[in-house]
Amino acid sequence: MRKRRVKPSDISGSSPDLIEGFRSRGAARALLEKVRAYPGQASIMEVCGTHTVALFKTGIRDAVPSSLRLISGPGCPVCVTPSREVEKAIRLACLPGTVLFCFGDMVRVPGARGSIETARAGRGARVRVMYSPLDALEFAARERETRVALFGVGFETTIPLFASVLRRARGEGLRNVYLLSAFKLLPPAIEALLARPGFRIDGLILPGNVSAVIGADAYRFVAERHHVPGVIAGFEAADILQAILMLLDMIDKGKAGILNEYSRFSTDRGNEKALAAVREVFAPRDSEWRGLGVIPASGLGFREEFSRFDAESLLAEEIPPVPEPEGCLCGDVIAGAREPEECVLFGRRCTPSAPIGACMVSGEGTCAAHYRYGRSSRPDSSSPL
Amino acid sequence: MCVAVPGKIVELLDGGVALVDFMGVRKRVALDLIEDARLGEHVIVHAGFAIQKLNAEEARETIGYFRELAGSH
Repeated sequence: MRKRRVKPSDISGSSPDLIEGFRSRGAARALLEKVRAYPGQASIMEVCGTHTVALFKTGIRDAVPSSLRLISGPGCPVCVTPSREVEKAIRLACLPGTVLFCFGDMVRVPGARGSIETARAGRGARVRVMYSPLDALEFAARERETRVALFGVGFETTIPLFASVLRRARGEGLRNVYLLSAFKLLPPAIEALLARPGFRIDGLILPGNVSAVIGADAYRFVAERHHVPGVIAGFEAADILQAILMLLDMIDKGKAGILNEYSRFSTDRGNEKALAAVREVFAPRDSEWRGLGVIPASGLGFREEFSRFDAESLLAEEIPPVPEPEGCLCGDVIAGAREPEECVLFGRRCTPSAPIGACMVSGEGTCAAHYRYGRSSRPDSSSPL
Repeated sequence: MCVAVPGKIVELLDGGVALVDFMGVRKRVALDLIEDARLGEHVIVHAGFAIQKLNAEEARETIGYFRELAGSH
């Protein structure tokens, strides 16, 4: 990375606000001008739902020249959770004396026979929406006669929280806590995408908060094995534009490296304490992704000492794979192979108020972002550009 | 879904918990996943847990670079 040494004396005024200081309209505009001046063509993929939304909201998608193709990859944990896992969660929620705790964005994801939301009304499922997995732990400590099943959905940003909660549950001797592990690991999915025949991108915008946990070293294979450059990016307009610029610089020079724009929160080795908590509780296993199929070592099962928390042990029967809804292109959208607008359901039968595919459910899903922002040529009024 | 919000530790409470200020809104945040959290430090918070501490030196450097860019524009 071009090292930008700035002496403290270069910073005018008193100590900069370490949070607000990144929301620089002037820097975003200057960076956009540099991006626009890039003479070549490039396809750049982002693999983080927050980046997907930020690219629209900040106006970057509209502002970059058409010679730069911005593609969304498998960046939303809600979207890549297969219907079968949703059906498992519903069956847990329907067990006598059991309450399912899940994040709000999972409630409306279509499963094999409706969503968690429709199961609450139609199948008697008992469900609580949690802000934090700690909510479930507190409930379990209060209501010891009730089985509390957590729906474990998320990438590496979220997984350490659940590891921590299970460690606490064990420490507190709570026998009524269970976890359905539908966790997904991002590097194996990036590997699977890059190894797909015919798949070609020139650079990757890597997710800031996943990287705050796993660190830049986790992506070295992207550059070394696949010769694709990657840049870990923050979430402000200037962060994302700077990351794009760093990618274009590497693409231009034919270099493939992993650079870090989000150095304020992400290091080479990541958060070792969080990673150790995850390793103590979970071990990698193969996992099914909506749209991408089974990816080796891309999910997490339980280590033996924590196996009694496995909610799958409560389910009597195996649930067969659930086919995707007819006509739904979510699989191709998640793989970055098709745009949402190419789907016949998009915006007609599939909308955020009545979603058919998972990418339309989550606010950070690619289809939902395209639906919300893609139609107007103008971004949010808060756009810095 | 991996949204994490930056805030500042304004009080260290018992039981590995801190009071974190998010631009005026204060919330209790679990510190299980970070090493050696100190008063006045910035952290990013995801679903009730601090998941990483801010590296203030790196932050100042990026802000300085952004200011430089904004000034030259």
